[in-house]
Amino acid sequence: MRLIKFLLFFISLAPTFVFASTDITLDKAPIDTSDDASLQRGAQSFVNYCLTCHGASYMRYNRHQDIGLSNQEISERLILTGQKVGDVMFTSMKKSEAEEWFGVAPPDLSVIARSRGADWLYTYLRSFYRDESSSSGWNNLIFDKVAMPHVLYQLQGLQTLNVKSQDGSEVKELNLSVPGLLSKEEYDNFAADLVNYIVYLGEPHANYRKKLGAFVLIFLLGMLGLTYLLKREYWRDVH
Amino acid sequence: MSKQENSFMGWIDERFPMTATWRAHLSEYYAPKNFNFWYYFGSLAMLVLVNQLITGIFLTMSYKPDASLAFASVEYIMRDVNFGWLIRYMHSTGASMFFVVVYLHMFRGMMYGSYRKPRELLWLIGMAIFFVLMSLAFTGYILPWGQMSYWGAQVIVSMFGAIPYIGDTLSNWILGDFMLSDAALNRFFAYHVVTLPLLIIVLVFVHIIALHEVGSNNPDGIEIKANKDPKTGIPVDGIPFHPYYSVKDIVGIVAFLIVFTGIIFFVPEMGGYFLEHNNFIPANTLQTPDHIAPVWYFTPYYSMLRAVTVNFLGVDAKLWGVILMAGSVIIFCFLPWLDRSPVKSIRYKGPIFKFALALFVISFLVLGWLGTKAPTPLYTLLAQIFTVIYFAFFILMPLYSKIDKTKPEPKRVTK
Repeated sequence: MRLIKFLLFFISLAPTFVFASTDITLDKAPIDTSDDASLQRGAQSFVNYCLTCHGASYMRYNRHQDIGLSNQEISERLILTGQKVGDVMFTSMKKSEAEEWFGVAPPDLSVIARSRGADWLYTYLRSFYRDESSSSGWNNLIFDKVAMPHVLYQLQGLQTLNVKSQDGSEVKELNLSVPGLLSKEEYDNFAADLVNYIVYLGEPHANYRKKLGAFVLIFLLGMLGLTYLLKREYWRDVH
Repeated sequence: MSKQENSFMGWIDERFPMTATWRAHLSEYYAPKNFNFWYYFGSLAMLVLVNQLITGIFLTMSYKPDASLAFASVEYIMRDVNFGWLIRYMHSTGASMFFVVVYLHMFRGMMYGSYRKPRELLWLIGMAIFFVLMSLAFTGYILPWGQMSYWGAQVIVSMFGAIPYIGDTLSNWILGDFMLSDAALNRFFAYHVVTLPLLIIVLVFVHIIALHEVGSNNPDGIEIKANKDPKTGIPVDGIPFHPYYSVKDIVGIVAFLIVFTGIIFFVPEMGGYFLEHNNFIPANTLQTPDHIAPVWYFTPYYSMLRAVTVNFLGVDAKLWGVILMAGSVIIFCFLPWLDRSPVKSIRYKGPIFKFALALFVISFLVLGWLGTKAPTPLYTLLAQIFTVIYFAFFILMPLYSKIDKTKPEPKRVTK
């Protein structure tokens, strides 16, 4: 038993080894996928800024009825490419052109939130900095040598990288050297709305799923009581 | 049956043994009356199998087994098919829960010695089901054609390449190509939806026939057939499966469904354990992910595959890994002959067996946890230590089960 206790102690220690090895901390994305206003703002930014290069080719425009938009509003506000409301959100950039310009085709963003996670996306959108050595002139703190230029720099402004040494280790810090159209707080809110929308985009049925799940669980809890009473009744004569 | 001659059932029974089958397997199949919590997992495994078969049929209607369409067709199911997301989550969660209930079902057998005489063949049929289940999980995981589908399959198929002389030819033959491609996706789809489901249904049927031939074991590990009522010939500690265990299993099924639907509706990815994050990136044949990990239910074996780092006895380290990995599953088949204890159940076995079983469970869990992590020198060392413990549980069993101090078994089943 002492050996087992030792082993259990060892297992409980194991996660500390894992977390000790990562040095990138992600900022928590302040998102709420039940906030339709935020999702609508995010959708607007998405079609304005992202959809030019990235597709969302598993998502249909008319699915945005989920977030409180009518087909007419979708056509007027979200469809900038002349597509029909039942079409999927294709990008207008050709893959061959993208490879020529950026070296790599931008990934489809339909399920990007499900592989990267909201916190990563939120940090990523806020961590671009000027880097003259890269081909696009931009780099990102959490995605080194990223092919994507900072398409939102007009809003955020221009960040530069400062490397300080603190207690013998390197600390990387970003400083806003040229302010953008938005203040820091406004830009963070902008990024949060956009990430909120991209999370919704990853699984449009997620909110309905949770709502339905609550009813299913209530039904099953009732069934558990009933079936238990049935069992007890049948088992009365077993001793 | 004579009075039923003119009834509908009488008409059927003259042509098909309907009533006789009902009696033999349900209303007059006598099961020990002392089944506990661990005895739910057999019926739950059947429930999950039915869930997989039904949801699988509906998924097949919209899935496209084509390397250029597969990933998109899964997202089509998730978004555009009515309740497609529910069907898909039932199937993906069902795959993981199948392993949960089967692992608990097997652990029950190990605790109460359900593999011992006269149930050796029952145990072997169960192991055959387990092999088919693993093949089903492997072929099914390839189908969404995400990064983990692709590179996980690449790792598994490359294992066949480690076999000397025939390895390369064998893996080309399995894949139908020189690399994992559309040809492999198509054939794995065929195995996943036709060959393996047919096999598992037949094997489950055979498993139940074998069980009803020898009768169920119980937490005391004693034979209820040894103590029959002299007048009726019915075991005194037995109760008819129907209605007693049919109503009891329904309670277990509802309790299980609460957990099952809780996962489906609230945490279908299960933090990346049931649906891996990297599998939401379409397969890219040119970009190997930094870290390839199988789904959680294969991670203990994957750890053992990676544990061997040096060539020895003239055999390549990679081949040793494959041998250990295959051996770690196949070795369960020898349990009926490795256990030399005079008693079956853990209730009457001695402290050595209890200690060995606890150590085995810990090593299985630690190996499983290590298999989800990228290897580091420390993790590899841990994997090596626990691989040795894992195998020692089986290999040393003939010794320690013999010298262990056992308690006398009771004559009748206890609570």
